[in-house]
Parts: sequence; C-alpha cells; structure tokens
Amino acid sequence: MYSIFRKARGIEANIEKFLKNIETAVDLFELGLKEYFSGKMDRFEERCSAIRELESDSDSLRFDIKFTLYSDLLIPDSRGDVLGLIETLDNVIDIAEKVYLQFSIEQPIIYDWLVEDFRALTEVSVKTVHMLIPSIRAFFNEPRAVADRVGQVHFWEHEADDAELRIKRKVFASEEIEQFSRKMHLRYFAEKISSVADMAEAVAERLEVYAIKREL
Amino acid sequence: MLLFLSSGLFLGWSLGANDAANVWGTAVGTRMVRFRTAAFICALFVIAGAVAGGSGGAETLGKLAAIPTIAGAFTVALAAALSVFLMTKAALPVSTSQAIVGALLGWTFFARKPVDFAVLGRIMGTWVFSPILTALLSILLYFGVRFVLARVRVHLIRMDALTRFLLIGAGAFGSYSLGANNIANVMGVFVPSQIFPNVNLGVVEITGVQLLFGLGGLSIALGVFTYSKQVMTTVGSEIYRLNPVTAFIVVLSSAIVLFLFASEGLQEAMRSVGLPTFPLVPVSSSQSIVGGVIGIGVAQGGHNIRYGVLGRIALGWLATPVIAALVAFVVLYVMQNVFALSVL
Repeated sequence: MYSIFRKARGIEANIEKFLKNIETAVDLFELGLKEYFSGKMDRFEERCSAIRELESDSDSLRFDIKFTLYSDLLIPDSRGDVLGLIETLDNVIDIAEKVYLQFSIEQPIIYDWLVEDFRALTEVSVKTVHMLIPSIRAFFNEPRAVADRVGQVHFWEHEADDAELRIKRKVFASEEIEQFSRKMHLRYFAEKISSVADMAEAVAERLEVYAIKREL
Repeated sequence: MLLFLSSGLFLGWSLGANDAANVWGTAVGTRMVRFRTAAFICALFVIAGAVAGGSGGAETLGKLAAIPTIAGAFTVALAAALSVFLMTKAALPVSTSQAIVGALLGWTFFARKPVDFAVLGRIMGTWVFSPILTALLSILLYFGVRFVLARVRVHLIRMDALTRFLLIGAGAFGSYSLGANNIANVMGVFVPSQIFPNVNLGVVEITGVQLLFGLGGLSIALGVFTYSKQVMTTVGSEIYRLNPVTAFIVVLSSAIVLFLFASEGLQEAMRSVGLPTFPLVPVSSSQSIVGGVIGIGVAQGGHNIRYGVLGRIALGWLATPVIAALVAFVVLYVMQNVFALSVL
C-alpha cells in the first residue's frame, strides 16, 4: 500500500514538472519573440536551444507519466482522460517550439509600425497558456473550479484572435508593403503566434469535459 | 458426515463464487485491486465473520424451522441449492437467502408443522427493507463523500491510491458482513443436528456451531478462490458502471446493512440504549448491492436508472421461496420414500 502512495507522489511530481516546463517554455517564447521584434537576434537565438531542451524534457516526462499510469494500472477510470490531456498539452509546447524555429529560419520582416501589434499578440497568446495551466492544476485537485478558470482561457484566446485580426487588417491595408508575398508572410506568422492560444483553448475544451466526468 | 454436509458446502461454494463478486467486483473488475489480494482478504474475513458473528441469522432461521435430523438438513440445503441452480439456469433473479427460507418452508409443509408467520413476516420484511436501507445509506454516504471531497483538495493520483485503500477496507468489512450474515444460509439448517462437539483449547473454547460455521466459511473461501474471478470481472465491468469512489460507497453501504442484520453485539447495544433493533436475518447481498447502485443513481439525479431491475427483485422475493418450497417438498418426498431417510 505504501508503494502505491509513493508512486502516486512520483507521478504528481512529474505532472507538476511537466506543467512548469510548459510555463517556462512559453515565457521563453514570449521573451525571445520580443527580442526578435526589437532586433536582438543573438539573444533570440540563444533562447531557441533552451526551448528545445524544455520540449525534449517534456517529451520524456510525458512518456514517464504514460508508462507509470499503464504499468502500475493507476487511475483506471480517468487514465484515458489524463493521458489525452498530457498529449494535447504537449502540443502547446511543440507548437511554441515550431513557431520559434520558423522565426529563426524564415526571419520575417516585422515593420516598426507592426512591432507593438506583434508584441501584443505574443503576450495574449502566452497569457492564454498561463491561464490554462491553473485550470489543469484545478482538474487534478479541485475539478469544480475548472469551469471558472477555463473561462479565462476562452477570454484570452478571443483577445489573441482580435490581435491577429488587427495585424492582418493592417498588413493588407498597408501601402508600404508592396510585395504580396511579404503580406502573406506576415499573415502566416500572425496566425502561427495565435495558434499557440488556439492550442491552449483546444486543451481547455477537453478539460471542461474531463472535469465534468471527474465530479462525483 | 461430510456427505450429509455436502449440500451445505456446495451452497457455500456457490455463495463464495457469486456473492464475493458483489463485494469485490468493481475493485477487481476495474483493476483497482488484484484478484489474489481480493480473494485472500475475502476468504480471511468471510471465515472470521462466519465464525465470530454468524449465529444470529441461524437462530432466526431455526425459529422458522428447526430440522432435527441431519438427513432432513441435508435435503433442505440440497433443495435450496437445486432451486438456485434451476433459477439461475432459467435466468431468474435468485438469492440463496430466499432459497433457503423457501426450502425451510417446504420442510415445514412436508412435516405438517405450523408456519410461524410472525418470524416469516419479519424475514420477508428484511428482504424488502435491506435494499431500501442500502439505497438510503448510499445516498447519504454519496452526499457526505461529495461534501468532503469538495472541501479537501486531494490530487487525482493520490485520490486513486486512497480509493484503493478504502476499497480494500470496505471489501474486508463487506466480506466479514457477508460471512456473518450469509453463513446461516449455508450451515444454519445443520445447527440443530449438533454435528460437531465443543472443543476446549485451554485458552479458548470453540463451540460446535463455530466449527460448523468455520467449515462453511472455508467452503465460501473455496468458492472465492476457484470460481469468483470471472464473476468479479463481469460485475466490475458489465453489470454496473461505477467509478471507484461510488463503488466504495456502494460496497460500504451494503456491508453496513449486512452487518446490521447479522451483528448480535450491535443488536444488544441498540437494545441497551432503548433503540429499535434490527432482526438478525440472512439478506441477499446481491439485492443489497443493487439497492446501493440505485441509491447512487438517485443521488446523481435519477438518470439512467433501470427501474426494471426493481421489478425483477420484487419477483425474486416471491418466486424464489415458492420455487424452493416446491423443490424441497418434492426432494424430501423422494428422500423419505425412495432412499428411506429420516428427514423429519
């Protein structure tokens, strides 16, 4: 019996570490992109490897959690939900890493008059993820509180959509950007940054259902 | 001697194979508890319950019909076992508790003795009352547990570990109660025959009835080890889908009810403080569990409750004793007139 409690503590610790990794990764994502928008390319590139390390560490944690839940037959009733949650949550960090890498490879030109908008979009996208993490913790500890917290995720995802739309309108209305391909490029990157918030919302939607199932 | 006891031992085996699944089904079926762990704890506590707390129910059954000959007791237990077998084959709801009462009535009719309707009424009243009481208890426990869980923040994973611990505790209590309450069905009819003498071990004296019940407990344990695994898996995954916490509530409610109808100590304690007492009567653990599951369904808003199950239980209350009485009458006739056994 003692070993079950010991294993439970181990998985709890891994889940918490996994959540902290995501928080740290999106914080680095925000800081790095802001540095990119300010033209501090060295600092931007330095953060790239840190995000990749976190992503790789999260993959290992995800595997450990999955393996222990299955091999020790833990939480038979909610195992599928928890694993589904961890898998989709891992997509958030994957997307953040990919978007970051695309900035590093494609290096889109962010015009000065667009920097504030891109900064705002990055902030609200990351804020959506920051709202998601307490919802996940609530799912594990206090399922009744999930609905309220998930409301915040929806709110910030909507803000991210608005910020993305503002950038797109500005870009396509601009006469300064002559090449259509460049406009498409900026639209693409606005959508990519916003996709981090979209993924967070997708996790939140799953979470709402899982939380209802968890209530006695 | 063992030949005469064989019908009771078979009833015990059948009880172990089927009713242990009521207590451990969800825990084993959902793999919260390993079968080996469940079987070991179940066997241990069933025997403990049978030896330590099984005499009350047997005494009540004895008031309905005290069979003085071992051949008669053998035949009545055989008739009950046959009834359970036949009704199970016919897919009719059946309970050993109700079958043995029916078989005892069959003996009473065969012996042309008067039926004690006061005792019979009390026994049948508990059949109706026990699932209702389990349902009420499970509703109460459901809201109690929900109240606590809403205030105590327990991590899902730790809750899982805690629930396993609780399921094992409730399972042990349920097994003890099952042994104490249902041993009368298995060995109760043999009590008046005084098969075993009292044994003095110096420090403690084991009565002949305790030895008889211990043997019955062993037959239940054998049923648990040899045949209950499949039944447990079926109960756990097919008959009712409860989550581990609600399963704990149902098992605990049922265990409490079985204990209430079996414990002489509790009866004495309630009497001493002027409270109304519970009659000590073997009740059906299956019907008690169904009552508990329905209680959970009611507490969760009354959706998805299969009310047809209630009708089947009510049918069992009437059909089982009638069929068992008829079977007993026929088998007693055969034993007396074909095998020339003294069954009266």
